[in-house]
Amino acid sequence: MSDRLVSDSEGPADVGYPGSGFRGARGGGATARFAPEGAMLLRTLVSQVAELVGEYAAGDEDTEGRDPLGGMLRLSDNSRLPDDPVLARLLPDAYRDDPEAAGEFRRYTEGSLRASKAAAAQAVLDTLPEHGGRVRLSADDAQAWLRAINDVRLALGVRLEVTEDWEAMLDRLQEDDPRAAGLWIYDWLTVLQDTLVQVLW
Amino acid sequence: MSVAPVELDEPRIDQDATTAMPWVAIVWNDPVNLMSYVTYVFQQVFGYSRRKSEKLMLDVHQKGKAVVAAGAREEMERDVEILHGYGLWATVRQDS
Repeated sequence: MSDRLVSDSEGPADVGYPGSGFRGARGGGATARFAPEGAMLLRTLVSQVAELVGEYAAGDEDTEGRDPLGGMLRLSDNSRLPDDPVLARLLPDAYRDDPEAAGEFRRYTEGSLRASKAAAAQAVLDTLPEHGGRVRLSADDAQAWLRAINDVRLALGVRLEVTEDWEAMLDRLQEDDPRAAGLWIYDWLTVLQDTLVQVLW
Repeated sequence: MSVAPVELDEPRIDQDATTAMPWVAIVWNDPVNLMSYVTYVFQQVFGYSRRKSEKLMLDVHQKGKAVVAAGAREEMERDVEILHGYGLWATVRQDS
């Protein structure tokens, strides 16, 4: 797990996405201001996660023969951990040492888990203006945002091979490190998520 | 072979109370999930106090994992499904 000190009230303004971070809204909920670049970036990232989890039973070629009842119940033909490490992190096995139980659990739950992650991403797209500006979230919206931002962080964390002391990693980065841009985005999302938790508490 | 009890109304240890709940939900440490977020999720999902949730979060962080709930297998599976929805790395196992 990682910790994020929010004492620097500036936030990562030097990343180019000023005004990041949530605060409590009058009358409940949470509010934040997004620069156009920040809004576009977040919309792109949550869309990518939605697309990734939305690829129903990825890797399964026998889509024609799927049991229609199973489809309605969101039963998945998948019973194995996804090969893509990001998907494997977003849709983990529920049993560690029992592949059969893990497969059975996956068959019954993976479809709805994918759907709930896609719905959270959609809630962000529905509430975050394309060109930025002020966002005001209800309590329900805020829950969806928390999950959606976390899913993006999980995905980036896998791709960037983030470790628990990633802030030290960030400090040591050379300017030409190909991970630099990704880590700055990761840092920004961490501030967004942490400030949103603080508001909801 | 057993000897007849001296006291007929001696309270019995209810075996079912222990053997009927041998399943647990475990949360594993990972480098991405925030300490604040994990604490918040435990409060939301299990209705635990902030203090208890923080203790569990620190167990996960420092020991690598923590048992966050115990009960019937179906309940633990449902809890794990919800925790996966929040992006936590959770598993079910039979308590030993």
